[in-house]
Amino acid sequence: MSQASRELPPFVDYVVLPVVNVITAFIAAGLVVLAISENPVEVVKIMIVGALGTPEGLGYTLYYTTNFIFTGLSVAVAYHAGLFNIGPEGQAAVAGIGVALVTLAFDGAPWWLVLPFAVAAAMVFGAAWAFIPAWLQARRGSHIVITTIMFNFLAATLIVYLLVNVMGKAGSMAPETKMLSDATRLPLFGTLLKPLGIDLGQSPVNPTFLIAIAACVAVWLLIWHTRLGYEIRTAGTNPQAAVYAGIDPARIIIISMLISGGLTGLLAVNEVMAVQGRLLTDVAQGAGFVGIAVALMGRSHPLGIALAAFLFGILYQGGAELSFDIPKITRDMIVVIQALVILFAGALGNMYRPMLERIFARRPDRRAEETEA
Amino acid sequence: MTIMPSLPLPSDQPRKRPAAIELIGIDKRFGTVHANRDIHLVVEKGTIHGIVGENGAGKSTLMSILYGFYHADHGRILIDGEDVTISSSQAAIRHGIGMVHQQFMLVDNFTVLENIILGAEGDPLVAKAEKRARELLERLARDYDLKVHPDAVVSTLSVGEQQRVEILKALFRGAETLILDEPTAVLTPAEADHLFRILAQLKDEGKTVLLITHKLREIMAITDTVSVMRQGEMVATWPTRDVSVEMIAEAMVGRRVLLRVDKGHSNPGRVLLAADHLTVTDGRGVTVVDDVSLSVRAGEIVGIAGVAGNGQSELIEALAGIITPTSGRISLAGEDVSGLDPADLRDRGLAHLPEDRQRVGLVLPFGGGENIILGYQDDPAYARGMFLDWGKITSTAKRFFASYDVRPGNASLRAALFSGGNQQKIVCAREIERDPSVLLVGQPTRGVDIGAIEFIHKRLIALRDRGKAILLISAELDEIRSLSDRVLVMCGGRIVGECAPETPESEIGLMMAGLAEGAGERTRPRANEGSVP
Repeated sequence: MSQASRELPPFVDYVVLPVVNVITAFIAAGLVVLAISENPVEVVKIMIVGALGTPEGLGYTLYYTTNFIFTGLSVAVAYHAGLFNIGPEGQAAVAGIGVALVTLAFDGAPWWLVLPFAVAAAMVFGAAWAFIPAWLQARRGSHIVITTIMFNFLAATLIVYLLVNVMGKAGSMAPETKMLSDATRLPLFGTLLKPLGIDLGQSPVNPTFLIAIAACVAVWLLIWHTRLGYEIRTAGTNPQAAVYAGIDPARIIIISMLISGGLTGLLAVNEVMAVQGRLLTDVAQGAGFVGIAVALMGRSHPLGIALAAFLFGILYQGGAELSFDIPKITRDMIVVIQALVILFAGALGNMYRPMLERIFARRPDRRAEETEA
Repeated sequence: MTIMPSLPLPSDQPRKRPAAIELIGIDKRFGTVHANRDIHLVVEKGTIHGIVGENGAGKSTLMSILYGFYHADHGRILIDGEDVTISSSQAAIRHGIGMVHQQFMLVDNFTVLENIILGAEGDPLVAKAEKRARELLERLARDYDLKVHPDAVVSTLSVGEQQRVEILKALFRGAETLILDEPTAVLTPAEADHLFRILAQLKDEGKTVLLITHKLREIMAITDTVSVMRQGEMVATWPTRDVSVEMIAEAMVGRRVLLRVDKGHSNPGRVLLAADHLTVTDGRGVTVVDDVSLSVRAGEIVGIAGVAGNGQSELIEALAGIITPTSGRISLAGEDVSGLDPADLRDRGLAHLPEDRQRVGLVLPFGGGENIILGYQDDPAYARGMFLDWGKITSTAKRFFASYDVRPGNASLRAALFSGGNQQKIVCAREIERDPSVLLVGQPTRGVDIGAIEFIHKRLIALRDRGKAILLISAELDEIRSLSDRVLVMCGGRIVGECAPETPESEIGLMMAGLAEGAGERTRPRANEGSVP
């Protein structure tokens, strides 16, 4: 005789609720813009035009989107297993080492030949960095939130050490590897599409974006259409039922964290093999943390993640334009907006739920309670 | 509906002194569920008033309204003749209503004293409250036989003692009326007797007791008045001395109750499930299953009777491969399966209807189809290449839903949206329809409505008649006795005896309390008694 639970129609749950949350975040951000005596409408205009108004701007937006999709999917897969992976930053950094090792080893070879190996190295290295916290959680009960945060710092230190002492460019003070040759470096869409008359300017979007879209489909298939995905969701939703069903939660923790780390690792292909053409100390540049917001906003569903990643791409690119046009607004403003989105879409994600329930609540099917007194 | 003696409307009657509690026209709906319909109830001061009803009859909802957890949609509550609004449990306590919940609300690693004053310290420094509590404890221990050591840590107390702490908590807060929700579910018969003595003394002191139960014996033994609820309505209130158990049972169910399940004789075959000197130790190092040997043959139902918490749950979990026994062997159809995990055991034909369907047997946010494959997700029948075959899964779920009359028959609804009985039918369908050779069953009908109970019992017997082996545990001794072909009694992790299901309840009760040796260990070997291979 519990309170009859109410069910929201899926489109309300997956579309209306996040949209209302984001709108609230933007209204709050608008108030912040007002507070520094700028015109919010003007700000929005500059951002939208900057992010979507030109092919080059769109190219930048999609470049950011690529990274956010990888980290968003990574956080989401772990989340389905009931784990909070805070470590994409570190996993991306270590994956960067892997990509650098492979691409430098094959330097000079054509990019399409090197790409599969770079992708494999990115996933293996990212997964390896996630494996240790996963093992500690599964076998020793060390909380994965704590260990993945710690591993972010370890990765940052490791990469600096390697770039300074081992992998660094000879005869240079800069902590970076040598530049990849043009043949090996992944070409940008700008270069590839120029013959077709599409001008994306200097924008760094590249074929990794297609890998990101493929990853969305793969994660969707994995989570909802494979046995492993079913086991991940069962273990993440109800570990006791998982044990009853013969699913080993420890195994699921390790496997899903490997997948999670592997997905984040793909970010390194985008950064190291394409955009930067070399390994720098900061591979993810905050995309790991944005991935948490993206996964929260996208309700851990690949479609939602793709949309949320695109939104954050707009915020990043639009924010960059904004800081050019309005000196008073710096990139920190974007961090504020981001924080507000995380606050309203994540932490306060269910704030509007009772209200929406009153409006949309589908009474649980009458027949459901026929037998209940 | 049977015709009931009509109730005089409480407020029409002139009375010498106001009733302790009077409910007038209480009405409560949850969505489409009408949990309480126009309830009128008068609880006289200084009486023990029993409220009986089946699971889901609305007893708990009514008490939750009285205790301030829920608000009634309509109706008034009078305490000592005065209209009150009870908006929270604090308000209920202020009005002198104390509640002893079915699941104790105690902090395990606090002492008795700390638990009693928790939330009622009344002073920034606890020392004062502790002094007050200590004095009260001494007095109560003297007056009511409510003996509990004030400095004992709660986790070290027995269940009966923990319940006494709950009662003391309520009394410390000045409760004049005590609500007890199914207080004997976790007690041995002796502990229950002790509780009843305490309640009788409380009554003599002028306190009022509201006893929620579905055990009619308890009603007959200690109440002055009994009220019967059925499907959200208060269908009768009688002085207990004027009624019989049969009358109450009929009022509860609304028709004559078939107290026994129709089943034919069993034809036990070979041993399908056997445990040999099985011992299980829990996380704290306490032996919870102690050297248990048993066997279940094809075509028989073996029931394990016992007070909850005497190792039955752990025994079933060990047999199902969920927990690993510290020592001993398990065999399935003669084959040693010790150490295999639940998935391996399922492959070998062992199915398990778990005790806690909501936390173990189902994943509540999952749909019917997803729950139908829980535990069978590896079955190639549900796979298409490397992917799950959702078409096949959904059609299987629809078939199971139809043949088990799960309502609503919508296999895509989340399991959380089904009623208890229908959730249990989903689990039953999944475990029974796979035609296992051995079925482990825990509390098959707990929290399940009467229609579903009969249905589930019939399916279990049908499975037995198909020559399968069933091991059953249940907190309901009646269920054990009516379903089983043999009854084993567990106490303190050991099997203390075996008896025929016809053995009088009192005799089994003594064995459950560990006070009598069972026939199984004594004499009376039965023709079909399985020896461990």
